[in-house]
Amino acid sequence: MSKFKKKKSGEVPAVSTASLPDIVFMLLFFFMVATVMRQNTLMIENNLPFADQVEKLDKKDLVMYIYAGKPSDNYKQYGTEARIQLNDKFANVSDIAAFIAAERDSKREELVPFLTTALKVDSKSNMGLIMDIKQELRKVNALKINYTTKKGSVLNK
Amino acid sequence: MAKRAAPEVNAGSMADIAFLLLIFFLVTTTIETDSGINRKLPPIEDNTEPPIIKQRNIFTVLINGKNQLMVEEELTELKDLRQAAIDFLDNNADGSCSYCNGKKEENSSVNPDKAIISLKNERETSYEMYISVQNELVAAYNELRNRLAKSRYGKSFIEMQADYKDVNWPGNKEKLKGQIDQIKLDYPMKLSEVQ
Repeated sequence: MSKFKKKKSGEVPAVSTASLPDIVFMLLFFFMVATVMRQNTLMIENNLPFADQVEKLDKKDLVMYIYAGKPSDNYKQYGTEARIQLNDKFANVSDIAAFIAAERDSKREELVPFLTTALKVDSKSNMGLIMDIKQELRKVNALKINYTTKKGSVLNK
Repeated sequence: MAKRAAPEVNAGSMADIAFLLLIFFLVTTTIETDSGINRKLPPIEDNTEPPIIKQRNIFTVLINGKNQLMVEEELTELKDLRQAAIDFLDNNADGSCSYCNGKKEENSSVNPDKAIISLKNERETSYEMYISVQNELVAAYNELRNRLAKSRYGKSFIEMQADYKDVNWPGNKEKLKGQIDQIKLDYPMKLSEVQ
């Protein structure tokens, strides 16, 4: 009879938590790899337009980003007109030349001809602003541009 | 029946499973890349004489401040733009383009090499509309190039470009590059923007 009473009945042994650190590390690594670091904090609304005839913009280190759009809710004091954002602050059209020069300086000399300017412009912006940006880019001879878009059809909006 | 305690699960292999999963995700996750429409701006030239181009070889696209589209002096819907551009580029009035099958109309372009699309927008035009129009015009060129590549090499231009970028593609890259360049020459993208 005593043979059957060796173990206490009814109690479930505690689940081993030895592997918990592994799981946590796994998640950590996964997010570390999959997260795209945002270089700039956006101070503008940036709702990109749709297009389907797109080409991929690889070689991330050879891309200069120019953002434009309305100041977002937290920056209402800058008005409601669409503004340009370079790096982390609002800029004027005349600042673009200096920005391009600084970006070029930070890259190796032989890579400078391959630099592309990516225009990330809010779809609600007017073309006037973009025409100004383009004119400014032509002046500093930064001719390769890319209108960054989201993938989607243009016809059914 | 007496209740038995469940034996403790061996957790020794948990780490292996975790690492297996980690490696799986490492391999399969691709970091999202931006994509968009690539364009090249014209360099600033100091007062060079603009070349004289016949009116029939210019396909004018105008977007006004109210986002209305005017193509060749006619109000057009965005969905009709692509076909209109294709008809214009593929017209082949002088018969010098053997791969075109256009209608050879008198008042449209002479051949794809001469045909120029001129895009004009106003300052009030919305960026969204502008990108849509750009997209449709690029689509027109891509469609013609695809058709030519299909008939010549049995696969579309887009596929050829994808193959060229693919490092694992087994074929002859030099030859493929030549073919891609030839198609680009046969339907040159002449898209001019009025400043």
